[in-house]
Order: sequence, then structure tokens, then C-alpha cells
Amino acid sequence: MPPTGYAIEVNDLRKSFGKVEVLKGINLRVERGGLLALLGPNGAGKTTTVRILATLLQPDSGTAKVLGHDVVREADSVRRRVSLTGQFASVDDELTGMENLIMVARLLGYSWSDAKTRATELINAFDLAEASNRLVKNYSGGMRRRLDIAASIIITPDVLFLDEPTSGLDPRSRRQVWDIVRTLLAAGTTVLLTTQYLEEADQLANRIVIIDHGTVIADGTIGELKTSVGSGTVHVRLYDPKDRPAAEQIMAQTLGVAVHLESDPAALSAQVSNPERVASTLSNLSQAGISVTDFSLGQPSLDEVFLALTGQPAEDQPAATEEYA
Amino acid sequence: MTTPQTTLTRPVDDATLRKAFSVRERPARPSALSASLALAWRALLKIKHVPFQLFDVTMFPIMMTVMFTFLFGGAIAGSVGEYVQFLIPGILVMTVSMISMYTALGINTDISKGIFDRFRSLPFWRPAVLVGALLGDSVRYTLASFVVITLGLILGFRPGGGIMGVALALVILLLFAFSLSWIWTLIGLLMKTPESVMMVSSMASFPLTFASNVFVDPTTMPSWLQAVVSVNPITLAASAVRGLMHGTVTSGDIAGVLIACAVLVGVFAPLTMYVYRNKNAH
Repeated sequence: MPPTGYAIEVNDLRKSFGKVEVLKGINLRVERGGLLALLGPNGAGKTTTVRILATLLQPDSGTAKVLGHDVVREADSVRRRVSLTGQFASVDDELTGMENLIMVARLLGYSWSDAKTRATELINAFDLAEASNRLVKNYSGGMRRRLDIAASIIITPDVLFLDEPTSGLDPRSRRQVWDIVRTLLAAGTTVLLTTQYLEEADQLANRIVIIDHGTVIADGTIGELKTSVGSGTVHVRLYDPKDRPAAEQIMAQTLGVAVHLESDPAALSAQVSNPERVASTLSNLSQAGISVTDFSLGQPSLDEVFLALTGQPAEDQPAATEEYA
Repeated sequence: MTTPQTTLTRPVDDATLRKAFSVRERPARPSALSASLALAWRALLKIKHVPFQLFDVTMFPIMMTVMFTFLFGGAIAGSVGEYVQFLIPGILVMTVSMISMYTALGINTDISKGIFDRFRSLPFWRPAVLVGALLGDSVRYTLASFVVITLGLILGFRPGGGIMGVALALVILLLFAFSLSWIWTLIGLLMKTPESVMMVSSMASFPLTFASNVFVDPTTMPSWLQAVVSVNPITLAASAVRGLMHGTVTSGDIAGVLIACAVLVGVFAPLTMYVYRNKNAH
């Protein structure tokens, strides 16, 4: 057992590809049994961080320990206890789902018959039984992803790295993956998940680290991050976008804070510190004859957290570098 | 197919899933042999699922044999019947050498698809990925050899070494293809795209196969070319295969091909493994 209670510890990790500095000193801690979401736009350095932690890439400087083992000096010990599911499903297109799992089980040291038993068990657990004898190239995105995760947990790892596990999946498949991740957490596995989806981090993580351009720009629980931005946000959507300037003025006066104009031409939002004034905002708007189709007060979304931290919405950031390297 | 409208919930019931997540015990690391065999099994499954990929190992040798026999037969050896005796063993070596290039393509494709990362993150004997692929390929070589020899027999090829000679020649041929493959695996690891793999491999293989004694006896060549031809591994392989098939083999022929194999493996296997281990690691 390692001396610390952390499953993953990263100190001042740096990595450059040629002249491009991808990681500029990343610090991370993930508690045992916890799920940390590493959040950031394309090119922020998420994949590079995960590949270093999974021993597929070596850092230029800094240290990274997984379960107390250094990822460079004790790569084999790390490899024995972790599993990685990459951004591009690491399964063989020209084999069936069943054959993929049997092959990986064999490479882990299972006998032929044990490999077959374990593969069958996972195929059933991951709802792939009907497709088990079909070639993977005919699988849907969600099925591939599930097969990929199944291949990663043939031996249930102590730490699982999930690199953008739901990118490109439809909502239903995304929920299935989330359920798998939750069950895995319940079984005691520590998970480090990278994602561009704020909702995903919100759904699964107990801790979030936001990175941008190779540095950590925020680190905390979801609650902490949201509180740091403001106690709540009023979202208003107008019937007629032409009313927006008038509505903006009324909201600014009533709430006493700056109003944010959303990209939707009929929508506005404002972060409020005093929720009592929210009700008067609605009545003031209707007194001014402005029709409102949507009016809500809620916790700030992670999108708003990102906006507050970087001054840019998460989706609009330019990709700094090629992530896969 | 009907999709339920509202129940967007779990893939299966919790208990099955939780049970599936409870295997923490790790079996002993697979031996080098069983890891290699598992990957050879993978290569064979691919042939089983996509038999069309055997097209090249059947059509290519048929094309080559027929084309060269009738194109050069009369001019080079005076008659087709005589040329076939000389050409068939050479064509065998050439065919198998050309087919071995596909090993590079397969490895390159694996890298770009991500399955390579999976292999690298599993704790098995590293060279097994390459050894397994090469073992799987031997099926293709055997099939191609069978096609060439059958066609040769139809065209009048009469090996003086008999069945035993032919069988020994095939063993040497497989050994040679396995050794030569290490060049292609290195190229497969170094190149960025399958297209560049094909380009570089073809560039390397054409001079290798033509500047040899596969098609013609080198005695008519200028001396500088003879010097090149005589150390070309393809020449050494073709001489041994030819000798074994016709029962005229010398110990020098055998030693030549064995040394060529040893040099190929000795140089390219460590280089390949070095590149493989460090791929993307820095």
C-alpha cells in the first residue's frame, strides 16, 4: 500500500511536442475510489496527461504516481493495476466482439477456456450478447465503446483512465456508459475521466479539475466551483428577440448586476447574489409588456463556470495542438 | 426495431454488471509463446473473416509465373519448358518476399487504429505482437507457395529433388520470409501512414527482387552488378531454394541463406524492437 491516500498524484508535470508546450506544470490529486473529471477544450492537454499516467508517454519533467508507483520508473507496476480506454476505441475492427475479448484475456494470461468464460460474462454484462459474433466494424459507436470498456476491465483495474468515453455517442449510449462508470465506482475502482462535456462531469464526478492550455485553471468539488462563480443564475428567454435591449435594462436595474447576452438572440442571463430580487424581475418584465417564454433560477452550469474562469465559453476555444501524440 | 421512448436507463441489471466488475485476481503473465500464439490466432481470424485478402497471395503469384514464363522463357532460356525449371524457385522467393510486405501494412494500420495502445498497455512479452503477426503470415506464404508450385507443375516444372527437396525448400523459404519481414515491420513502425508504408516498401523491394538471380543467371551482368547480386539476400534464398528443389544444392547455398537470415534478424529485429518500445514514448 502506498503511503498516501491518493490513487493518483501528479506534481508539476510538463511535456512538449517539438516546440509546442502541451503541459505547463499540471498538478492533480485523485482520492482512492473517487472520480475526477479532467475537463477542458480540445488541445488543453487532457489526453497527454492521461497517456502519461497510463505509461504510454513519458513526461519531460515533473512526477506522476499511480497507486504510489512512479509512472516512469515503475511503469510495469503501474501497468498491472491500471487500464486505459482511449479516445479512439482500442478494439479490433476485423474481429468479432467475442474474439476481441478472448484475445485480450489471453494476452493477460488467461487459459483459453477461462478467457472464453470471462469474455462471455462481460459480453452479457455489457449488453452485447446479440452482437457478440458480429465483426466490430459493424458495431454502432455505443457498442464499440462498451466493448472497449469491457476489454479494459477484464481484470477489474484499481484505476481506470477513461479518455473522452462518450464523445460522439448518442444520448442513450452516453447514459449506458455513465451507468457502467457508476457501477465501476461502486465496485471500488478509482476513475480519472477526461471530457469536454460539462454535463458529464456534473453527472459523474465528485471532483473536477479544469485545464486550459496546459495549466490547471480550477480544481475543486462541483459545489465549490459553482459557488466561486455566484450563488445562482437567472435564465430568461423572450418571446420576441427585439425586446432584448429593454429586458436587459430592466434586469440590470432590478438585480443590480451585469447581464449576459446569450448567443441565442432571445436569451439573457445574470448571476445573482440576492435571489429575492429574482421574483421582482419577472413582474417588472411583464409590467413593461415584455413576453417571457422561459424564466428560471438555477445553480450556474459548468459552462458558466468555464466562462467565468477563462473568459471564453468552453466550446469556442481554438484547439491549441493535436491532442493525439 | 422498436426503441422504448422513455426508458433511457441501464444497459443491464446492476447485479450482473457488479459481478462482472469483481475480478481482481490476475492470472500469471502469459508466456512468450502463448502471447505470440494468441496474436497469431488474431491474424488467422482476420483471414477467416475477410478471405478476400487471400486474393493477393493467389492471384499475384499466378500472374507473375505466367507472365514471366511466357514473356522471357523463349528469349532467356531458349524454351518455356527449360526456363520454368529455372524460374519457378525464383518466383517462389520473389512472391513470398513481396507478400511479406503486407506485414508492414498490418502493423501500421494497428498503430493508427489504437489497438496498438491496448497491446502496449498489457503486460505481455513485447515482441509477441510482431512474432504473432509473422506466424499468422506464414499461412499466407504457404498458400502462395502451393499456388506457384502447382502452377509450375502444370507448366512443366519437374523438380529433381523430389518431394523431400521441395519440402525442405519450403522450410527454408518460410524461414527466409520470416527473417525478411523484420525489415518491413521496422518500416511499418516508422512510417506515418499506410500509403507511405506501401511506397517505401515497394521502393525497397523492387531493386531487391530484380537485382538478383530470380529471373536470369547473373553471369552475363557487369561485374559491379554481379557483386551486388551475389550478396543480395534474395539471391542467396533463390539459390538455396533452387538447389534444394532440383537436388543440386551445395552446403555453400544453405550456409548462404542461413547467414542472410541471421543477419536480417540480427540487424532488423533489435532495431524494430527498439522503435517499438519507444514509439510515442518521448
